[in-house]
Amino acid sequence: MSKILVIAEHLGGKLNSSTARAVSAATAVKGEAIDVLVLADSVDAIASEAAKIDGVSRVLTVARPENAHPLAAILAPQIAKAAAGYSHVFVPSTTFGKDVAPRVAALLGVAQVSDVMSVEAAHTFKRPIYAGNAIITVEADTAHTVVATIRSASWPAAATGASSAPVEALAVDAALPTHTRFVELKQGSSDRPDLQSASKVVSGGRGVGSKENFDIIFKFADRIGAAVGASRAAVDAGYVPSDLQVGQTGKIIAPELYMAIGISGAIQHLTGIKDAGTIVAINKDGEAPIFEIADFGLVGDLFKIIPELESLL
Amino acid sequence: MKILVGYKRVVDYNVRIQVKPDGTGVVTDGVKLSANPFDDIALEEALRLREKGVAEEVVVVGIGPADLTAHLRNGLAMGANRAIHVVAADAVQPLTAARVFLKLVEKEQPGLVILGKQAIDDDANQTGQMLAALWDRPQATFASKVDIAGGKATVTREVDAGLEVIEAELPAVITTDLRLNEPRFIKLPDIMKAKSKPIDTIEFGSLGVEAHDHLKTTHYAAPAKRSKGVMVKDAAELVAALKQKGLL
Repeated sequence: MSKILVIAEHLGGKLNSSTARAVSAATAVKGEAIDVLVLADSVDAIASEAAKIDGVSRVLTVARPENAHPLAAILAPQIAKAAAGYSHVFVPSTTFGKDVAPRVAALLGVAQVSDVMSVEAAHTFKRPIYAGNAIITVEADTAHTVVATIRSASWPAAATGASSAPVEALAVDAALPTHTRFVELKQGSSDRPDLQSASKVVSGGRGVGSKENFDIIFKFADRIGAAVGASRAAVDAGYVPSDLQVGQTGKIIAPELYMAIGISGAIQHLTGIKDAGTIVAINKDGEAPIFEIADFGLVGDLFKIIPELESLL
Repeated sequence: MKILVGYKRVVDYNVRIQVKPDGTGVVTDGVKLSANPFDDIALEEALRLREKGVAEEVVVVGIGPADLTAHLRNGLAMGANRAIHVVAADAVQPLTAARVFLKLVEKEQPGLVILGKQAIDDDANQTGQMLAALWDRPQATFASKVDIAGGKATVTREVDAGLEVIEAELPAVITTDLRLNEPRFIKLPDIMKAKSKPIDTIEFGSLGVEAHDHLKTTHYAAPAKRSKGVMVKDAAELVAALKQKGLL
């Protein structure tokens, strides 16, 4: 029978919701136990949050000062030791999990299944390749531990509140390297929501025309509480910096509402948004490919339409 | 200092990926192939470090079939000093790629290995981290800024919570994110010059790397299609539709 170890992601003493999403995926394995491992300098608050997630059998904690910041080189040897006796190690497919999980897999000498979208059987998973343009079914070797990252957008967070799993301190005998040091974390100073996790995103493309004109996109996004994105064409034209780029080589996002304004819809852009809940396209060219995948399309001049939208809100 | 750069060839990012009707793979015959965009960024960063005098030599590494040579020539035309071609008939999985890199690292003794954060074909995002683990050296993934001084790399990393800065003693593995730099274009005279640069060829079988891959891909499928929606006639109709869905 399967025993799954889920690695908790946390920041500032709080559990990240990606952890409960990874627990959902662990539940789909239908194993005999799901344990959550919390590695931190101060574990109590995080562990008690994790203990409330439905389906969790035990919460294991490793409290060490070295675990104050999520450095993969420090965490991976501890996770690899803690993985003994487990058939699966699940880690959220966030920048945290993407950083640490392959390091764990390599220490265990096993392959990793990245971005698990569905669990077909204990060792069979579906995952996206080519930025989600193809979905593959992969079978992991049953003789080895399965290390997998769990694609957050594909899994609901497991419910919390009803249960209260026991919390146990785990003694992990792992030598930790000193070659990697945390310096600082600069968190976004802007009041605007983060592009990667926002529920609404307004993106501008080459049709916006200039860096100055992009203000209309920022203002409209602020009006509806949305994050701002851009097409590669707008980034290449220098209208906005590349951290706003949405698409295959930029950010792949899945907001509830995506508004593409002045974006024609190159394949590389469509790839980044096709998991969005509702896609709105506003473009003066009625033949633009973006309209092929938009739930609501509006043909017209964005500089006329956006003020109209604002006046209607 | 020497820098090793991973330089993978993938289906070009502008190609519309088609899954074969029988589910055995994606169509790659006659499809345009290019350098993995994140690997171009890795190579550009290595070249800039050489231009700053931080590194003396930049070596691009490719793993793949015999015809990978033309692709490696592009890396040389962009500015790498030489290339290493590990000849393997089949695509290798990330753990195997990391083991190959470890063999090359032992031979070449680089101060830095720079890889793309992921390849845009398998989207695994694993090889750099796995190499760092096997090599027992630091990793700085998703880099958007790299400073090398005093035997260490200070790297700004793009993480979900913002920008994280870490220090890594050299040698180390860095994986690149989109914002790190803008790769240069290859100029015609550089293509001519690249023809005389060396490409070392190493047979995969001669490296003593275990070729067993743990993951088997059993089926390929196209993603669920989005259905074409409706056209609205004006802003008022759009706002009404979005309000009805509870989105505004």
